[in-house]
Amino acid sequence: MIESRRAPVWVPAVAGLSLLLVWEVVVRSRGIPSFILPAPSLIVKTLWDNLDSLLAAWLFTIKITFGALLLALLGGVLLACAFALSRTLELALFPFAIALQVTPIVAIAPLILIYVDSTTASLLICAFIVAFFPILSNTLIGLRSADPNLHDLLTLYGANRWQRLRWLLIPSALPYLIAGLKISGGLALIGAVVAEFAAGAAGRETGLASRILEASFRTEIPKMYAALTLVVLTGVAIYWVTKILARTLLGRWHPSEQG
Amino acid sequence: MSAAIELTAVDKRFDKGVAAVRGFSTTIAPGQFVALLGPSGCGKSTLLRLIAGLERPSAGSVQIGGEQAAQRVAAMSFVFQEPTLMPWANVLDNVALPLRIAGASRKGARAAALQALAAVALADRARAYPAELSGGMKMRCSIARALVTRPSVLLLDEPFAALDEITRHRLNDDLLGQWSVQAPTAVFVTHSIFEAVYLSQRVLVMGGRPGRLIADLPVSFDTPRAPALRLEASFLQQCQLVSDALERAKAAELLT
Repeated sequence: MIESRRAPVWVPAVAGLSLLLVWEVVVRSRGIPSFILPAPSLIVKTLWDNLDSLLAAWLFTIKITFGALLLALLGGVLLACAFALSRTLELALFPFAIALQVTPIVAIAPLILIYVDSTTASLLICAFIVAFFPILSNTLIGLRSADPNLHDLLTLYGANRWQRLRWLLIPSALPYLIAGLKISGGLALIGAVVAEFAAGAAGRETGLASRILEASFRTEIPKMYAALTLVVLTGVAIYWVTKILARTLLGRWHPSEQG
Repeated sequence: MSAAIELTAVDKRFDKGVAAVRGFSTTIAPGQFVALLGPSGCGKSTLLRLIAGLERPSAGSVQIGGEQAAQRVAAMSFVFQEPTLMPWANVLDNVALPLRIAGASRKGARAAALQALAAVALADRARAYPAELSGGMKMRCSIARALVTRPSVLLLDEPFAALDEITRHRLNDDLLGQWSVQAPTAVFVTHSIFEAVYLSQRVLVMGGRPGRLIADLPVSFDTPRAPALRLEASFLQQCQLVSDALERAKAAELLT
């Protein structure tokens, strides 16, 4: 029997809490020192003690991540629409998009940091480069997968280009776009963190990656875990936002959201 | 307002060199209901697409109301073999689509769509999504969308082929009812001899590869037609005539 997709919320909650409990018990009963593996309670305490600096860094990382994701969404969708309308444009530009996608971001980041004055802007660019390809490529496939009979129907009724885009292409591409967004959401966060590692930035305008780096220099393992916890929470939150978005936009009609 | 369809020596070859239709000529009077019958792959659907202006003839001409099919101003509707509904829009907005494309306001288009849905007894499902409908309901929605523009020409490409017989009979009667109200020129492609004879005033039998016109048979039963007609001896005799022509069409296929 296939399990219901709308599994009750308590299943993952109980699983997560049990894991934390086992972790806590193992660390305490074996007397594992906190510089090797801090107990969850100590991580929470460290988070609380460093709340101001971690919160500022968290906000910065969130800003970079969502800024990059927004740019990726705009850039990816607009470029995909342009490619769908003009085959020549696609032939000319798609190879660049692929080249950008296959080059590891850590390899380009130092160059971007040299060329772009503002560190914030270069981090944004790095995270954007990582995040935009899945949106571009998925949206393009979505635009191309529109029902050929519906295409004929619009031709028969004399629809112009924009009407075709509005009534057929965009809705057809939406499930694909959302699948791309689910991937890109995680990638934007990875891009934001990795680019900051590459930048080795320090100072006020820095994110969680800098806090992790600083803590590692001082072997403050609990603080590394505390910053890492915030990174993980952000990633999970992004996942949930895209999931809710998918359910809201596709819930009534797309098979992927019908459980 | 219905429009005449005039096909003159129509040839259609596709880019890959496949010839689908050869030398097809016929004239369909305004308001006539014609069935286009023939074995699979004989070019029926291609011919319908030529009339719709979705394909250009390689030679010959296709005229609708005296104009080239691709440049016509006459309103034309097409019902596909699949319901071909937008899954992301509800029934009402699906039916309203042709009017929205023509520039109607959302409110006006929806009001007209609701009327068209009422005509196919689907008004109570106006807010449902296509995925929530049965096969027969989806097809009724598709027909409502075709009729909402009050077309001069109505083209149907085996619309009921995938439905069970009970639903098909019901939809045949519904379609005839709608046709008698709006009186568009109708071309109905089908595999079924009984369906062709029951619906139409004239059966065109196609056959051969590339497809040609094999027989042009009038069907003289009165309209509107009652379901009881399906059981009358004269109906079955007419079906026999069409069946004989279809046999000739198949023979033509073997010769080519």
